Amino acid sequence: MSVRKMLLSLLAPASAIVFALIVASIALMAVGRNPLDAFSSMWSFATTSTSVASMVNRAIPLYISAVAVAVGFQMGLFNIGVEGQYLIAALFAGWVGGNIAMWAPLHVTLIILVAVLVGAIWSGIAGYLKITRGVHEVISTIMLNFIAYSMIAYLLLNHFRDDPNKLNLQTPVLPESGWLPDLNFLFTMFGFDEPRGIALQGFLVIAIGVGVLYYMLVKRTRFGFELRASGMNPGAARMSGVAPKRMVLTTMLISGGVAGMVGLSTMFGNLHAYTQDFPRGYGFNGIAVALLGRNSAVGMALGALLFGFMDRSALILDLEDTPKEVVQIMQGVVVLAVVVAYEVVNRMIERREIKAAAEATRTADEREGVAA
Amino acid sequence: MPDQSLAVELTGITKTFPGVIANEDVEFSVAEGEIHAIVGENGAGKSTLMKILYGMQAPDEGTIKIRGTSVHFKTPKDAIAEGIGMVHQHFMLADNLTVLENIVLGSEPRKGAQLDFAAGRERIAELGRTYGMELDPDALVESLTVGERQRTEILKVLYRGANILILDEPTAVLVPQEVDELFGNLREMQQEGETVIFISHHLDEVLTIADSITVMRGGRTVGTVSPDEVDAKQLAELMVGSELPTPETTESMVTDVVEFSVKAVEAVSEIGRKVLDDVTFDIHRGEIVGIAGVEGNGQAELIDVIMGIREVTGGTVEFGGQDITHWHTRERREAGIGIIPADRHRQGLLLNAPLWENAMLGHQTVKPFAKGPWVDRGGARERTRAVIERFDVKTPGTDVAAIALSGGNQQKLIVGKEMIAEPRVLIAAHPTRGIDVGAQAAIWDELRAARAEGLAVLLISADLEELIGLSDRLLVIYAGRIVADLDPKAVTPEELGSHMTGVGVEAAS
Repeated sequence: MSVRKMLLSLLAPASAIVFALIVASIALMAVGRNPLDAFSSMWSFATTSTSVASMVNRAIPLYISAVAVAVGFQMGLFNIGVEGQYLIAALFAGWVGGNIAMWAPLHVTLIILVAVLVGAIWSGIAGYLKITRGVHEVISTIMLNFIAYSMIAYLLLNHFRDDPNKLNLQTPVLPESGWLPDLNFLFTMFGFDEPRGIALQGFLVIAIGVGVLYYMLVKRTRFGFELRASGMNPGAARMSGVAPKRMVLTTMLISGGVAGMVGLSTMFGNLHAYTQDFPRGYGFNGIAVALLGRNSAVGMALGALLFGFMDRSALILDLEDTPKEVVQIMQGVVVLAVVVAYEVVNRMIERREIKAAAEATRTADEREGVAA
Repeated sequence: MPDQSLAVELTGITKTFPGVIANEDVEFSVAEGEIHAIVGENGAGKSTLMKILYGMQAPDEGTIKIRGTSVHFKTPKDAIAEGIGMVHQHFMLADNLTVLENIVLGSEPRKGAQLDFAAGRERIAELGRTYGMELDPDALVESLTVGERQRTEILKVLYRGANILILDEPTAVLVPQEVDELFGNLREMQQEGETVIFISHHLDEVLTIADSITVMRGGRTVGTVSPDEVDAKQLAELMVGSELPTPETTESMVTDVVEFSVKAVEAVSEIGRKVLDDVTFDIHRGEIVGIAGVEGNGQAELIDVIMGIREVTGGTVEFGGQDITHWHTRERREAGIGIIPADRHRQGLLLNAPLWENAMLGHQTVKPFAKGPWVDRGGARERTRAVIERFDVKTPGTDVAAIALSGGNQQKLIVGKEMIAEPRVLIAAHPTRGIDVGAQAAIWDELRAARAEGLAVLLISADLEELIGLSDRLLVIYAGRIVADLDPKAVTPEELGSHMTGVGVEAAS
């Protein structure tokens, strides 16, 4: 039963990816390319060590962003503001981290704490507005994104700037005690080539930790049960003793806290400062990855890797003179198809369970009938 | 005066839902041009019958004749084509559209491809003049009073050319003055030749407005009477039935220790209306206190107050001698207040979660479900197995989603998980609603056994057999007030009926 159930749940993402491949093939053919050639060059390009490192590096912030969104999704809260939360968190984390130097583990921990705190405060505003004034979190988090962009621009220009005489607009560069070492040794340890010109980011370890904590929180703790119960049936959750307002605020704080870490892999491993061109967009793509992974810790990790793979392999298409937008089409189609496919598969599972329950009732009745 | 021809004639209507007979061999006819009232308790089958007449549900058996012609309605569209219109109890209007837009919505007048609002406006003004229901067509619905919204709904139905109108409890949402206006409108409509069918359980209103009254009870029509022939008390008796079940002669287990009490509790609704007014009662250890009343008279609010979901505006709630008025829901549950909610889908279950998580709901902070901040999955599954065993829940296992179970088995799970936790006070709202007779008897036995052990129970039910069979004391709630405190062994149908429908109150005042 449970093996079949597992196979059934694998069916959904698999069929979605096949469907996305078909749509992408049509798009490729429409621009006059052989889809098989394009896919095979994408694959062979993306399976080199360098590409794998790049793909994982791209997946890390996406994954953390997806977890942040998923925490809210579990109780039906839509935190659309991960984008603003992580950017402003990264700005403060970069500024604080760049202005001090201390024992490395402490330095890194401090930077993470600042990011988590700032992210939580930013999303907490939306939570507070929801429970006190009934402002819908979609509206407030979107608006807070814009406020964050403007605040970042102002703070970076006027207060957090490294050196007004330098050309680059950025926070002070982190002392090396605030960097995380790369994980390239993993490749050589398992006998692969070392990635060239790129470092597998050390923040991967923390991202995995975030995933494990997320799983434990949602599936194994009382709090997680109440979180999911509030999402599934607010009325029943309330009757069971969950205080709805407190739940909203706590969830928003956790979601924002996780969101605060989205930009840290880049900060620790790559830029070592909050710069004017700090990467954007992880907040919104995280929503897609959360949908793709159906809020499951493992599912979202696979979804983030898939997105990382597609982003990376898009580069080769560009070199081969194929519009790399084809990959964006695939990303969009995969998300839509997964949502549809899961719905179909869930209905299949539900029907099977209803049948099984009906069966149990019937056999019980027959037994009693025989006894009587 | 109504003439002799029949506008509506329903014969032999039977409609069953899984495990429930909603209508059984119902005979119902309405003369052309009369105002015909249907009265009956909740669950008597009034709404089902009207849904059948309006084409929302197909009957299993029976025939529908409209003005002498036999018809088969597949959807409300077919009924509308026959000139039948229905105004639902809960208005179905778009708040941010105007009266005009709401009325024409779905049957918009057109001029070529364009909407012809001028024609719609003209027609609405004409209808308003004819029936004395003038409304500003450009007012936004959200700015209207409840009475005006109802008029919009009625106009909407008339606009579609209805000449047989069904009004589902139209007075339930109105203040007395608006009721008078509505009745004025109904009379105007009658003069224009419309036929009106009107569902209510306010007997005095029914006697004022109706030309004839059909009484329903337990899915059947008990009879059709003329308001000249009966008074409110006789009508109430017809509604409740002339025979009440005799309570089982069980020895009273009531102790003199007060376990739970509600003192002068008051609560107001979101719009400031008093929904609970000076509600006072005690429940002793080993006592079952039954609350009778037509649904919507404050039962839901009382449960919410007891569970700490609704704030009181006055009075106190006490449990085991402690004032718990301002305790949080969780504290109340942990202290030993169990709840079987009135609506299992809205308040009792996580439909897509496995049974063991459902069994946990409401007890997630205590053993065997919790170990510190962690969920004890093993303990939860074991407890769930115990519930399944003892309450005979038919299921393939503890990991099946609750949605897979039939309604009766879901209810057994809810009752079971509350009873097995051995609460000190149990709030049981419709504990056996929708389950079969055998399971019902088993749950009653469990309740009696728990009472013998000293459990204090507040039983809220629409099932008179259940109330009279189980309760040691029977309170009647009407319009948010406790209007009667009766002995279930001595109560007469007439008494119960008049208290439940507010007749007793009016007689006294």
